[in-house]
Amino acid sequence: MKHLSEYRDKELAQKLIAAIRDQSKRPIRLMEVCGTHTVSIFRHGIRQVLPPTIQLISGPGCPVCVTATEEIDRAVKLARNPGVMITTFGDLVRVPGSQSSLQMERASGADVRMVYSTFDALKLARENQNKKVIFLAIGFETTAPTIAAAVLEAKLLGLENYFILSAHKLLPPALEVLLNSGDLNLQGFIYPGHVTTIIGTGAYEQVAEKYHLPGVVCGFEPVDILETILMLVRQIEQGQAKVEIQYKRGSSAIGNPKALNVLNRVFVPCDAPWRGLGTIPDSGLALRPEFRAFAAEDHFDLQVPPAQDHPGCACGEVLRGIKTPLQCLLFRTACRPDSPIGPCMVSTEGTCAAYFKYNE
Amino acid sequence: MCLAVPMEVKKITDNWAVVEYEGTRREVRLDLVDPKPEVGDYVIIHAGFALHRIDEEEAKENLKYWKEILNKDI
Amino acid sequence: MTFDKVLLDHGGGGRASHELIERVFVPRFQNPFLKEMNDSAVFDLNGANLAFTTDSYVVDPIFFPGGDIGSLAVCGTVNDLAMRGAKPYYLSVGFIMEEGFPLKDLEQILLSMERAAQEAGVQIVTGDTKVVPKGAVDKIFINTSGIGLIPKGFNIAGQNAQPGDAVLLSGTLGDHGLTILSKREGLAFESSLKSDAAPLNHLVQEILSTGPEIHVLRDPTRGGLATTLNEIAGQSQVGIEIWEETIPIRDSVSAASEILGLDPLYVANEGKLVAILPQSQAEAVLAVMKKNPYGQDAALIGEVKAENPGKVVLKTIIGGKRLLDMLTGEQLPRIC
Ligand code: SF4
Repeated sequence: MKHLSEYRDKELAQKLIAAIRDQSKRPIRLMEVCGTHTVSIFRHGIRQVLPPTIQLISGPGCPVCVTATEEIDRAVKLARNPGVMITTFGDLVRVPGSQSSLQMERASGADVRMVYSTFDALKLARENQNKKVIFLAIGFETTAPTIAAAVLEAKLLGLENYFILSAHKLLPPALEVLLNSGDLNLQGFIYPGHVTTIIGTGAYEQVAEKYHLPGVVCGFEPVDILETILMLVRQIEQGQAKVEIQYKRGSSAIGNPKALNVLNRVFVPCDAPWRGLGTIPDSGLALRPEFRAFAAEDHFDLQVPPAQDHPGCACGEVLRGIKTPLQCLLFRTACRPDSPIGPCMVSTEGTCAAYFKYNE
Repeated sequence: MCLAVPMEVKKITDNWAVVEYEGTRREVRLDLVDPKPEVGDYVIIHAGFALHRIDEEEAKENLKYWKEILNKDI
Repeated sequence: MTFDKVLLDHGGGGRASHELIERVFVPRFQNPFLKEMNDSAVFDLNGANLAFTTDSYVVDPIFFPGGDIGSLAVCGTVNDLAMRGAKPYYLSVGFIMEEGFPLKDLEQILLSMERAAQEAGVQIVTGDTKVVPKGAVDKIFINTSGIGLIPKGFNIAGQNAQPGDAVLLSGTLGDHGLTILSKREGLAFESSLKSDAAPLNHLVQEILSTGPEIHVLRDPTRGGLATTLNEIAGQSQVGIEIWEETIPIRDSVSAASEILGLDPLYVANEGKLVAILPQSQAEAVLAVMKKNPYGQDAALIGEVKAENPGKVVLKTIIGGKRLLDMLTGEQLPRIC
């Protein structure tokens, strides 16, 4: 068993599609919170096989897309410091700040490296003692514990040239803001499998109770997504609002207390700016006092002028699921993956990029 | 949101494991996974860390369920 | 934001590269050959129908499983000629090396160039070497140009795809690109992947021997199959539909793509070709391809349509459809 290819089975998919078509009666809108789901839905052409009763909308679950302009501006400012090496995950280098991006800074001579893991960044720090190695830490609850583990390791090793700039985001506070924004018209959530791996389903239970909204924790293969949709359709048709787990092989109701413990040892929640959602209380992560030696903001001047987003960019509404990219005037004209205006166009996971790449 | 893939544990040395999936190998950290996997287990890997040990029994059950579905109406 | 600098994306082979070429190069050197934007220029010289092409190789790492920068430099140029139906004859080669480059490495590169040239049946007849100060290039860059002869009666070009044509692919996708990526510093995956770098001119000759009705041949290098098909769809003003189920991809390649968050349809190949030809000939050509070691896994993967001119549509395994756009910039590995 490989735990992957089995979930791309054509016959199974067909069977699930037939069942969804058969059982979905009421028109419903479901939000996939997670950007990896957005990509998978487009990549496998899932929208086209669903009956017209079901509309999928994409939520704020792409860590690159929700990174605020000012956070990019700070990273750009950091990259301009002599003797600094910026390390980060792939897509982030393309995200435009107000003036520049890391990719453009690299073209102008900045040392910007892509890594696969925070431990790769640690290794770079050890091998380049004459450089200050800064890891731009983005990601949700899934990624944040890996960053925390690297900070613990850096402390153990006594590294003095390793820093992180934390732009982490936490999911539950954002869900809360979405649900209270009033203009959402939703009947159910497709919850992110790998965030749930860490945090469990507690936060979703509250959503189910308080807003009477069902949700299903979903895997990332086409069969996973189709089964999740079927589970949601059934709940909605029966008037239920439960939290169910479709992605049993990868997550559980309790989550991963060990990873959460590592996370909490290193970070405390703080207010954080989200692109499109504004500042959300306690939705980010800051290093605890005993780890401030690794905080980039304590060692470098990161003052930047208040950021200006492009006035025409509808990313905020797209992230909240109240507009599709097709309703943005800049989509496909001024804003394209090679000249992105908003972050939703930058990341492969971004809703606008997914629409651009995969939509007919 | 978070791309992660199942890979098989081939070797464990302290907090490091070598994991493999269809011929692709990589060293990953075990700091965050509980219970600790053993050689032969599948774990979910994200950004160089094992996050979750896949319960083989559970996964088998699931697939059995799929096979049953194929033969009846759902 | 406007660019006043060349970015890595401009070399990725996707839309950014195209824009750079169209905006900066084509207007400057305007002529009908360049405007066609094919793998090689084809022109008549004293009654002979010649194909002429050039390409530079800057691959990092320079040695990788399945080949090195030398074999790549020969195969790439041979293939560019072959994709116009030409039989390649002569190659030139230019080296730019960083001071301090180990002679032993150079010799190994030359050896694999010699082998690749032998296999392709071409001769390297002229060359040039430059050495630059440390850091001015990364180890070694190679440029090759090539010249070949097109047999009478063949007109193979990106403009010639016609509605109803079959789309054939000569083998598995993504092997080269993922091999290179898995060896890059910072990613360092160990894998069983191997580059598919190979000269395809013999395979092309065998395909051509089935008859003159081949419309398009193209090797899906940088930007992958998706980008190549988009180029053809644009040049021919046709739609192309391909079927995910039929596209051969090795398990090891799809696994590595999964781990790095990449799409094999956008990953570079160095030993594969796409052939577009009338449906009636598809079976015969497929049989011929399968007999050649470089075409063993060949498959019929789609068809040319009149609808959606300029666009490529993928029919997914579960029966959905998605638009396959051109690669935008470099494909970046992603973890989220
Ligand atoms: S298309 Fe571009 S400008 Fe419009 S919302 Fe998306 S990212 Fe913003």
